[in-house]
Amino acid sequence: MLFGILFCFIAATAHLLICITIFESISRSKQMVGTAISFDVRRRASAPRQTDVLVIGGGPAGVWAALTAAERGARVILAEKGLVGTGGATAAGNTTTIYAGPSSLEREAAIKRRLHHAQDVADRRWIERVIDESYVRLNQLADWGYRFPVDQHGQSYRGSLRGADYLRFMRRRLRKAGVEVLDQSPALELLRDSDGAAAGAIGVNRLTNEVWTVHAGAIVIASGGCAFLSGALGTNGLTGDGLLMAAEAGASFSGMEFAGQYGISPAFASVTKGIMYFWATFTDEDGNELPGEGDRQGIVARQLLKGRCFAVIDKASPYLQQGMRVGQPNMFIAFDRTGIDPFKQRFEVTLRYEGTVRGPGGLSINDDGATSVTGLYAAGDAASRENMVGAASGGGGPNATWALSSGIWAGRAAAEFAARLGGNHHLRERRPIGQAGLRPGSEVRSSLDARDVISVTQNEILPIAKTFFRREEQLRRSLNVLDDAWTAASGELAAAHLPASELVRAREAAAMLAAARWVVASGLERRETRGLNRRLDHPVKNPALARRLFTGGLERVWVSPEAQLRALAS
Amino acid sequence: MIELVSQERCITCQACVSACPENVFDKVAHKPPVIARPDDCQTCFLCELYCPVDALYVSPLAERHEAVDEADLIAKGLLGGFRRAMGWESGHPAGTEHDLTYRMFEEGRVAP
Repeated sequence: MLFGILFCFIAATAHLLICITIFESISRSKQMVGTAISFDVRRRASAPRQTDVLVIGGGPAGVWAALTAAERGARVILAEKGLVGTGGATAAGNTTTIYAGPSSLEREAAIKRRLHHAQDVADRRWIERVIDESYVRLNQLADWGYRFPVDQHGQSYRGSLRGADYLRFMRRRLRKAGVEVLDQSPALELLRDSDGAAAGAIGVNRLTNEVWTVHAGAIVIASGGCAFLSGALGTNGLTGDGLLMAAEAGASFSGMEFAGQYGISPAFASVTKGIMYFWATFTDEDGNELPGEGDRQGIVARQLLKGRCFAVIDKASPYLQQGMRVGQPNMFIAFDRTGIDPFKQRFEVTLRYEGTVRGPGGLSINDDGATSVTGLYAAGDAASRENMVGAASGGGGPNATWALSSGIWAGRAAAEFAARLGGNHHLRERRPIGQAGLRPGSEVRSSLDARDVISVTQNEILPIAKTFFRREEQLRRSLNVLDDAWTAASGELAAAHLPASELVRAREAAAMLAAARWVVASGLERRETRGLNRRLDHPVKNPALARRLFTGGLERVWVSPEAQLRALAS
Repeated sequence: MIELVSQERCITCQACVSACPENVFDKVAHKPPVIARPDDCQTCFLCELYCPVDALYVSPLAERHEAVDEADLIAKGLLGGFRRAMGWESGHPAGTEHDLTYRMFEEGRVAP
């Protein structure tokens, strides 16, 4: 493999003009043979920063990974697409956690509940280690000064965190630990060394249009799941960017077929606070109560296929109403500003797609959070949560607990990996590996627009009739559409010029399209109904399919079932 | 979606520009920021939370824009409503100890 990198720095009035032209000749990749591809970036760019651990994403998983790596003595840089404090799904609301001490009744009950919902795809050992690690750290948060509420019995209640406060609090801990935080700095692509190990990343600052490069010993992907720009609250930045970057390095995924996860939201608003609807009555347009037990999303989904759906939260006592109002300000601000009393008045509801943010699919990792790519780790919603939640949603408590624990493990392992590389790891030769949306295969620049790529992808993923309920023919049609879109996008999609928002959008479009193909291809392979994979043509669970499905690939998507059957836990 | 940056109240601190997770605002030197990409707003209210002077208004309507009148919003006490409900003061976090979310778990009907 031959490659050369030519940097030309040209001073322009207030800024530097940098064009990074990369000549590559890669014999294995047809698309890239002999092409001179350029990713030209105007305005300011800085010299590569050197660090031991680079964490991509600053939600709960990322901040815990960064803090843990720094505590182990690593130099750490954390790059977040938004602000560490407002970015990601947690910041926009509050989040429950599973807070249960060793050998407590609560712990055993929580484990049983998880295994029940998981439909045989979770792993008890993992559920235990996630809960136990988080228990210690939630207590540590209190010791550090996070102010938990005191409940009716005078006990400090540690099973709930306010997202915006939690992340602001962690931001202060990061600063104290010496972590360098890059806000408003989405990563665009990974760098690889000559042995194929992940060794850094390139990204852009959205406010300054400055292109940044980080050379790292190890990388933690904590960039969240992918909700396909559905509009569900807190998920608009969660477009699967880290999944695409990891896939370009050769990482694989599992659980992507458990994709039918939607949040109930007032039709006018974006807030998907599903827990409130445990106390709701659902009706059709004429006010007829909709039948159905337990599965709130199912009631709403079936009605939305027929017409409009309404809800009123009429089963909460005044005491609980006050708890909801004070505990969920972002939900009640929406009602208050529209003059609706949700405890008395019916309001229209809809479902907003939550994808792998609350569905369990993500990067396959081992006990240390390591992916199959050397030097590349994953945590939080970017990682598969099947070990914790199986075929079910991890929304709320399980995912928050998972983010915390998996962040700690990935941060620790990444720091140890970087330490083993020794002090000269920054001298490694590195090559950027981003393709679709950044460095397309074709030299011919077409007018392929990121927005069109996004709408093609959304059209196959967001509809209830395609992803909440699935069937073979539809999945096949969707996969054909998405494969064709990928061929076009990988050849032609790029936003070669700043502003950063355009560069990021093109890359997001490619990431969502890639994720959609793993979601659909995996769904096609799981010919049964299990958890969040609801197959109308295979309406029951097949015991012979109690195994994980691994998936991956970009040019060609592959799906591969786990060899061993899972021990039936429930 | 974000509908108002009060020219009257804004102290040009740019906190909203830095805080917005969707990069909706553009900074303008010595002036209030502009809402440059309104359709990228995800109606999360976090800019209101970070604004130290209650100069912003996010309409709860997530899918369409709504014309708002600043005097009317002030008269209705809507500016700063989210920040007050959270308990933050001048961009500083406060109020977590008043969270009553745990009441939803007391009945045993749902559990995390």
